[in-house]
Amino acid sequence: MLNPELKLKENIFDHPDAAPTRDGFGKGVLEAGREDPRVVVLTADLVESTRSEWFAKEFPERFIEMGVAEQNMATVAAGMANYGKIPFFTSYATFSPGRNWEQIRTTIALNNVPAKVCGMHAGISVGPDGATHQMLEDIAIMRAMPNMTVISACDTEEARKATLAAAQSGTPIYMRFGREKTPIMTTVDTPFEIGKAQVFLYAENPQVVIFATGPLLHNALLSAKQLGDEGMGVDVVNVATIKPLDTDTIVAKAREAGAVVTVEEHQIAGGLGSAIAEILAQEYPVPIEYVGVHDSFGQSGDPKELIEHYRMGVSHIKDAVRRAASRRHR
Amino acid sequence: MQPLTDTEVYELTARANAIRATIIEMLVAAGSGHTAGPLGMADIFTALYFKVLNHDPQNPEWEERDRLMLSNGHITPVRYAAMAHAGYFPIEECLTLRKFGSRLQGHPEREKLPGVETTSGPLGSGLSQASGYAYAARMDGKKFRIYCAMSDGEHQEGNLWEAMMFAGKNRLSNLTGIIDRNNIQIDGYTEQIMPLEPFREKYESFGWHVLEVDGHNIPQFIAACEEAKAIYEKPTVIIAHTIPGKGIREIERDYRWHGKPPSKEEAQAFLAELRTMQGKIASEHQ
Repeated sequence: MLNPELKLKENIFDHPDAAPTRDGFGKGVLEAGREDPRVVVLTADLVESTRSEWFAKEFPERFIEMGVAEQNMATVAAGMANYGKIPFFTSYATFSPGRNWEQIRTTIALNNVPAKVCGMHAGISVGPDGATHQMLEDIAIMRAMPNMTVISACDTEEARKATLAAAQSGTPIYMRFGREKTPIMTTVDTPFEIGKAQVFLYAENPQVVIFATGPLLHNALLSAKQLGDEGMGVDVVNVATIKPLDTDTIVAKAREAGAVVTVEEHQIAGGLGSAIAEILAQEYPVPIEYVGVHDSFGQSGDPKELIEHYRMGVSHIKDAVRRAASRRHR
Repeated sequence: MQPLTDTEVYELTARANAIRATIIEMLVAAGSGHTAGPLGMADIFTALYFKVLNHDPQNPEWEERDRLMLSNGHITPVRYAAMAHAGYFPIEECLTLRKFGSRLQGHPEREKLPGVETTSGPLGSGLSQASGYAYAARMDGKKFRIYCAMSDGEHQEGNLWEAMMFAGKNRLSNLTGIIDRNNIQIDGYTEQIMPLEPFREKYESFGWHVLEVDGHNIPQFIAACEEAKAIYEKPTVIIAHTIPGKGIREIERDYRWHGKPPSKEEAQAFLAELRTMQGKIASEHQ
């Protein structure tokens, strides 16, 4: 059953409304700007598609157009954060943190200033633009960085809350957002806290727990629901913060279920699955199956067709759950 | 500002010489690090810390202080030495440079040592940080100035040209760039590795006010910093022509001294040379 404490959307399994997580960023940063005059937004020639334009319209004096220069954007933001501003800098994730990774490492993470890296169009679901624009390595490169928090929101509402929380954190943060409309699972009343994983779906007698991050969480929920109807108990946990990982929740749920599936729109290498495997290998080893992109680049196509082709659809998650269940030690 | 008196010039010159000696001592103690760049910038860092900057060594976090960002973090020994001489910390602490547990990291870190303003080392990212800082400070109507010391070689980094565009576009007149134009980099002479000239025209075409000075003429450099304060519509860059390794003949102009420290034996001779100011002072007691 759905976790009642989280006050999730009632129609979560039945054609829920959809909106892009980048919209949640746009709304969140606008609200953050209203709450705190230190908030500034920078963009690298992508004011509309990063949804920075809503902030830019209301606070033109706090919006900075950087032109197509992501390395400069990161370091200018570092300087502004060092001064005392709270800069959110926006581009596509392939360019930021893709192109400007070292600038972020030295001038934001090591420098430990509270600039917020906002990577849009993350994942394969950016679709027709093709492999160059489908960022599938950002979680890996950002979670390896000391001082950096990594957040991947499951829907537009969680993205809004994550953005607001980021404005208040006083720390460097990376947030990834998607381009496409994806199902809205949470409500304004759903709690959000950086560093907390949330159990969205409970089974009475779970045989497998799915840890999912980002909009693919919805596919994970659908898979668990269908498997539940088929008689297999599956829990689903939303891991919005990939770093720092909510180790307590993850170990407890893995212990309870005895087998794990991870789901992410990202390379298997270095992403959520790797992060969870690192913890469980040490704390409570159980069989793990990984759903994500297996060491390949994407290609042009319709987002849904790409999710299916790269084996991140509902049927693939169900297969992974069955494989994990069959490998259980008990 | 009043022109410097002869006594002031003498005192600053002597201070620069003492800072050079500290640089040699700290590099020998460290056993690694860069020699030519720090020596070459000793006069400018002396001028900055003893005349130009509005700062308080006892209160490095003073909000209204001028900010000095060092982009080419590898010449940080000159900054550490100048800071120590200015009273930020005891001069003896300079001997901990590059040692385990030291606040004086091989490349400067903001969180380790109050007063270094930012973390740097990877080249080409200082001017953009200084520009962001200057932009933010101007939003709040702050009166302090932001200085950014850079090397010439790091202008081969693309990030730096992006920063030049940004500062020029936004007319960041509270920003003064200082380029150590010493013509050397690790692999050789800049104009052979990847030419940077015409430096002045490049900056001018990006919307900057450009001044050129002899980087070892302290009054000239201070006058340029003063002129920059009077330029209201543009950022200013001071191209300081320097001699790498200045003050020690064996090191001067030799790019092979970019990234190595002197040995103990070499250091003895170099310190003697500094004490006699390259032979200008006749009597030298060992």
